[in-house]
Amino acid sequence: MSKYYLNYLDELESEAIFVLREVWAQFDNPVILFSGGKDSILVTHLAKKAFAPAKIPFPLMHVDTGHNFPETIKFRDDIIKELGVQLIVGSVQESIDQGRVAEEKGKNATRNALQITTLLDAIETNKIDCAIGGGRRDEEKARAKERFFSHRDDFGQWDPKNQRPELWNIFNGKHFEGEHFRAFPISNWTEMDVWNYIQRENIAIPSLYFAHEREVVWRQNSWIPNSEFLILEEHEEIVTKKVRFRTLGDITITGGIESDADTLEKIANEVSGMRQTERGNRSDDKRSESAMEDRKRQGYF
Amino acid sequence: MIDNNQLLRFTTAGSVDDGKSTLIGRLLYDSKSIFEDQLEAIENTSKKKGHEGVDLALFTDGLRDEREQGITIDVAYRYFTTPKRKFIIADTPGHIQYTRNMVTGASTANAAIILVDARHGVIEQTKRHSFIASLLQIPHVIVCVNKMDLVDFSEDAYNNVINQFEEFSSKMLVKDVRFIPISALLGDNVVNRSENMDWYQGAPLLHTLETMHISSDINKVDARFPVQTVIRPQSDDENRDYRGYAGRVEGGIFRPGDEITVMPSGFTSKIKSIDNYSGELKEAFAPMSVSITLEDDIDISRGDMIVRSNNKPKATQDIEVMLCWLNNSPSRPRTKYSIRHTSNDQKAMIKEIVYKIDIETLERNKEDKTLHMNDISKVKIRTTKPLMIDEYRENRTTGSIILIDDTTNETVAAGMIV
Ligand SMILES: Nc1nc2c(ncn2[C@@H]2O[C@H](COP(=O)(O)OP(=O)(O)O)[C@@H](O)[C@H]2O)c(=O)[nH]1
Ligand SMILES: [Mg+2]
Repeated sequence: MSKYYLNYLDELESEAIFVLREVWAQFDNPVILFSGGKDSILVTHLAKKAFAPAKIPFPLMHVDTGHNFPETIKFRDDIIKELGVQLIVGSVQESIDQGRVAEEKGKNATRNALQITTLLDAIETNKIDCAIGGGRRDEEKARAKERFFSHRDDFGQWDPKNQRPELWNIFNGKHFEGEHFRAFPISNWTEMDVWNYIQRENIAIPSLYFAHEREVVWRQNSWIPNSEFLILEEHEEIVTKKVRFRTLGDITITGGIESDADTLEKIANEVSGMRQTERGNRSDDKRSESAMEDRKRQGYF
Repeated sequence: MIDNNQLLRFTTAGSVDDGKSTLIGRLLYDSKSIFEDQLEAIENTSKKKGHEGVDLALFTDGLRDEREQGITIDVAYRYFTTPKRKFIIADTPGHIQYTRNMVTGASTANAAIILVDARHGVIEQTKRHSFIASLLQIPHVIVCVNKMDLVDFSEDAYNNVINQFEEFSSKMLVKDVRFIPISALLGDNVVNRSENMDWYQGAPLLHTLETMHISSDINKVDARFPVQTVIRPQSDDENRDYRGYAGRVEGGIFRPGDEITVMPSGFTSKIKSIDNYSGELKEAFAPMSVSITLEDDIDISRGDMIVRSNNKPKATQDIEVMLCWLNNSPSRPRTKYSIRHTSNDQKAMIKEIVYKIDIETLERNKEDKTLHMNDISKVKIRTTKPLMIDEYRENRTTGSIILIDDTTNETVAAGMIV
């Protein structure tokens, strides 16, 4: 007799597929928020599984800050072609040009906060009622309380004190005109689960996750990549290092770690020995203890 | 990690200050699941608040309001992994909105840890928590007698708690209860065996969680497949003839060739194939997400349930449930609510409040006919169309419902079908 239980990765996969199918059934116009990072790639992979042999029945949406790693954009375009789905792009540059937001100044300026406006604008103009994200509860303490189906008011805001209770796996996606939901199918995955699964399924991810030689500068305890946007401080120096990235955000703020891990197996091994959270290398989360919560309340991913 | 490792979900219950947050912090810390930058943040906050050393409780007290008020306000989920299992903790707060939050955390849990302060023994709160655990049919309950360091690690104090607990819990439906004497603060019997309590022969908490048998917690007998959505590729697709019913097996085992009935229509057919992305499967059991194709072309949509023809759930418009009210605004008599049961959405009215349970005394109150937040009551509900139900104790998925208020779209109540 075969065993009648699932291992933890199969159970997580099944749960995520269940959530994705609920989204499709309960909303008129969902999208997957696709950043080109491993979590959104994973969600896309799971969506492919959830609706096979049909194509993913909704578009991918990318909030483009203009400060991308070139590798990310190429990866995005390739995956869109392969899946045969529509891509919606919300452009932060356009939001700046239209005067919707103002660029931050100084050496630590990022377009991170500006994304919120672009994202909410794109949700509104495309009449999106559910944006599926790759957020995980283990990422950050404000995320630990997220629901699978997370309600946003008509300003796109999250109210952590007034969330809908979520019992069993009965998800309530009912909403009024102008409101939308965020859905998080991989809520229960940890960073380690993600890597173990990517390895098991041999999912393609951008080359940036693998150790490679790159021009970088040491800043805020990590290696920030050289790019056209980098403003060098006097004492700072560009060097070439073998690095890889644990998360992918804007090229201006995503710090790499020195590493020799150039295969999925080596990455999984490296991650299992890590003593820092993946967000420890992102300067956007370092600004204050509640940085993430503040951004989430306003409508961040 | 080994391929066969299972996922275990548990929830923690205890009164304010019994040590829930400390225990979770201890589990995470001793199992090396806290990262350095998280630890640093906690150390900084501990210092600011004037604690000596690290206050492990801070690790789970997440949102800003809580950090400022020093209390937990909602259900938060925590994760850790050992070489044997992956764990999901539903961390529920111990004060006012307690019932609602514990019910939420308990709804998906395989196990509940109930904390008792060794100095105080079993108190009303403990009874309340045990009652909720039994109401939500959490298969395994572990009573952790905490703060043993404050009672000189005394075996008598521990045995007192066991006796008190067994006295009242005999009336409840808790299948598997275990007791462990611990000190969450010092770590005794949490991850590592205590050196201060030789008299305790049992396993520490983590070992218990790692080894408890959970695969038989899921119903393997009554085959249930609520249809979430229909998969039909577009007309230009090579698979355009495919028509699969997508859903998750919520009970029993399905195999190709099984004689099935579609409820509520009553149409019968045979399973042609059970598919997932990788191909056709020989069988599917809970909680697998699959799609099912049938031999016959019948009209099936979301809200229908595929079951084996020789074992059907009850189809009825009248259900009796143990209802937990979750919302700030009380129930309104003669009001239509939306009811959701698996993927089935209907309208419903609460016809009768049979009794309310006084959560302090566990006595029944038949006079009070309004449901307020945190109330637990037995009610009769009438739905506009039949639901295909099992009793909650047979199946936690096909035996549960939620009520939604159409004027606010909020989830106002959760119910267990009796
Ligand atoms: N002496 C002792 N104190 C404990 C123990 N567990 C928790 N505490 C203390 O009890 C207080 C409340 O603990 P906390 O974890 O916040 O309780 P919660 O309200 O249930 O989350 C804190 O001051 C803890 O340090 C224990 O095993 N022994
Ligand atoms: Mg606490």
